[in-house]
Amino acid sequence: MKVKIQYIALFLLAGFSACKKDNYDAPSDTFSGRIVYKGEPIGVEYNQVNFELWQPGFGKNAAISLSIGQDGSFSQLLFNGNYKLTIPPNQGPFLWKQNAAGRPDTVAVTMSGSQTMDIEVMPFYMIRNSQITAASQKVTANFKLEKIITDAVNGRDIDRVYLYLNKTQFVSGGNNIASADIAGSAILDPNNISLTADIPAMTPTQNYVFARIGVRIAGVEDMMFSPLVKVSF
Amino acid sequence: MKKILSITLSALLISFAGCKKDSDFLDVPPTSVIPEDVAFSDPALVLSVVGDLYNRSLDFSSLDGHPNYDPNNPTSNNPYNMSVNTAYEPGWRTFADFGESFPSENGSYFIVKNTGWGYNSWATWDYGYIRDLNLYLKRLAASTALTNVEKDRYTAEGRFLRANYYFEMVKRMGGVPLVTDPLAYDGNNIPELQMPRAKESEIYDFVISEAEAIKDQLPKDVNIKARATKAAALAMECRAALYAGSIAKYGAGTPQVSLSGGEVGIPINMANGYYTKALAAAQEIINGSAGPYKLYQVLPNLSENFAAIFLDKSGTNQEAIYVEDFKANGGKVHGFTTNDQPYSISDEGGDAGRINPSLNLVEAFEKLDNTYAPLPTKDVSGNPVYYTNQQDIFAGRDARLEGTVIIPNGLFKGKRVDIWAGYIDASGNITTSDVAGNLKPLPGTSTPVQVVGTDGPINGLELRSQTGFYIRKYLDPTVGSGRRGRGSDVSFIRYRYGEVLLNAAEAAFELGQPGVALGYINQVRARAGLTTPLATIDFDRIAHERRVELAFEGHILFDMKRWRIAHIVWDGNTMSSADLLSNIGKATKRNTQPWGLWPYKYYSPGSPNDGKWLYREVLPNQVTGYDRFLFGNYYSAIDDALRSSNPKLVRQPNQ
Repeated sequence: MKVKIQYIALFLLAGFSACKKDNYDAPSDTFSGRIVYKGEPIGVEYNQVNFELWQPGFGKNAAISLSIGQDGSFSQLLFNGNYKLTIPPNQGPFLWKQNAAGRPDTVAVTMSGSQTMDIEVMPFYMIRNSQITAASQKVTANFKLEKIITDAVNGRDIDRVYLYLNKTQFVSGGNNIASADIAGSAILDPNNISLTADIPAMTPTQNYVFARIGVRIAGVEDMMFSPLVKVSF
Repeated sequence: MKKILSITLSALLISFAGCKKDSDFLDVPPTSVIPEDVAFSDPALVLSVVGDLYNRSLDFSSLDGHPNYDPNNPTSNNPYNMSVNTAYEPGWRTFADFGESFPSENGSYFIVKNTGWGYNSWATWDYGYIRDLNLYLKRLAASTALTNVEKDRYTAEGRFLRANYYFEMVKRMGGVPLVTDPLAYDGNNIPELQMPRAKESEIYDFVISEAEAIKDQLPKDVNIKARATKAAALAMECRAALYAGSIAKYGAGTPQVSLSGGEVGIPINMANGYYTKALAAAQEIINGSAGPYKLYQVLPNLSENFAAIFLDKSGTNQEAIYVEDFKANGGKVHGFTTNDQPYSISDEGGDAGRINPSLNLVEAFEKLDNTYAPLPTKDVSGNPVYYTNQQDIFAGRDARLEGTVIIPNGLFKGKRVDIWAGYIDASGNITTSDVAGNLKPLPGTSTPVQVVGTDGPINGLELRSQTGFYIRKYLDPTVGSGRRGRGSDVSFIRYRYGEVLLNAAEAAFELGQPGVALGYINQVRARAGLTTPLATIDFDRIAHERRVELAFEGHILFDMKRWRIAHIVWDGNTMSSADLLSNIGKATKRNTQPWGLWPYKYYSPGSPNDGKWLYREVLPNQVTGYDRFLFGNYYSAIDDALRSSNPKLVRQPNQ
């Protein structure tokens, strides 16, 4: 019996000796903000548009990838330190600054405590004056598309414009219960576009849907979206 | 005195016995390692060395699976060095995905639940293998014990395997560092060892020129299939040149999928040169200068014949060119049949039915008059079509359909599968059960009868068909092949004559020789029972023919990538039944979710249709995701750690 107690004591000792706090605290400072054009956030598809933070000086290089939310916002917990922010080429429905060598530019980010920063980019288009309303089992969207990048080199045409409806607030090409679309070539007046989608039957029934306008730009992978609207009917 | 003498003598004896030179003492020949001078002194030993190198060659789809990177657990594995991998991708799953099939296994629904692929999917970076190949070639060249004939063949085999792996890398990663000598670290030559990526075209050029250089050192023997032959080298050259040609031609449509240094993307003006090489290599096989290869046309039933291409390992099979072979009771077998056999006919209770081909693929098999049409489930006014026999709906289709897929009530091992989803009565109510083969009384009766097939389909019931179909390709009818213990020894065909013909047809078409292209494609179609020759050819026809002929042979991803239509076919939208049933035969048709076709029995006593069959298109309810192929997926990511250790490695575009 005596032996067993000794063993138990030994195990307890061994067990407790491992109970030491981790060397480092978890990162606690929030780096947050939005992707904006002249202060106006750019809506994108959830989890599809990413940008990167690089922190030089710690062994091998690897980026911290930040995903932009539906409403153009982002947030990330970081350690204090100096970071470089960049947006890889062909990410998002916008252009990012380039340096003289034609490579993506970087922005220095110094973290000492939480901070908020809006990232200014050049979108190909902006969705203006969007109004989404419901009437008689239909959702109608009226809006204007303003071409922001107009030069011949970087300017792009509209491939297709969509109106998406979904039961939840995640609304995109993959997540929708109904959609309507019009080809870019069929748009007669970009200042006055109207799309109408029927509201399908939903199980369980709900008296509202979430709706967004999506714009697919020719040759650009990521669509841009209008702010999310909850439409009750 | 005498005593002292004997002590001195014995002391001397002991001390001198220990007086062996240290170097002699420590130099003991190892018993578990064959040193290189021994290994390369005997052809039989070289064969075992090259056998290991064969065994390590990588296929995208592989019957016995391969090590794989687990995207959900990035720390556990390293996708860039297969030899240190711990996670293993089971063989059957390397044939799944891409909307062509549904994975009927609880641990694998992620394939249809996720919304795309990580940038590191399909990556490979096994320079350990390249180094072993380079060392093998160097030591072989230094060997003096082999005859020149033996040496030539072994050298050609090593170069074939090296070119084959570079081809595998360039398909997935684009241009990679081209290392053809074993590198040595001497303490301060890191800058030389940090090699930049070669151009994508340079890697394809390497594969093509290696194949040309070695083809005449390899045997011209149609019966050698598991080792490199002249035809295998030419088939590899043909496929590589075709890939390079199409990347050059169709890459022009997606300029963002390229790098300014040419590591990714091939200039459009090189397209014709590659297509010409592809056609020439294919024609060298077709005209018989590599051996008498031909399409497999042995069995009178064309579906049986098509299935037998993959099962017949005898000398009759002159279609298979280069295979990964297996041997039952010989230590190299695979579990593909165990994993995919029909549940009701399974040799191994509870192990079956994982790959369920999708209706998307089944609809693609055309009618015998060369037209595309969805399987008729409804008449023009929207009423269901009733069929007397369960298989009538599939009548008059391309024979490859039943050679590739087991359809409801289809035969396997002389037994019929039992796939039906329940009874439908006149008012549309369904009587079914969540338990396969369960008995229930029908409405208005009290005697329980079977209300659902023993093979499903039931949503979420794994190991039975959930789309209404099972895979047939590679499924081994040998007794016991479905048992875990025995396994199957059906070989995996890496290159076959049918593909060579289709490669030739595509290359000829791209070179503006439609007559030549039609001649080749019509041979392949005639073998499948489509005896009315096509009169015109276009890109959609070629893409369609490859899809149905080469289904589940590991081509679909790379075909979609090289034609640069992967981002259109897998566009990240859900797939409606209208998407499913329209535009059949169009290469850019959306294919993001695997649909199923569920058979029902009509229950309406007194009606002339009572007991007949009707069908419904169903999206299995486990399919909650959709495939989205991003521009960044065209070339798999090069790991950050690799790019940190070698800053000369350029990052892939769009990632």
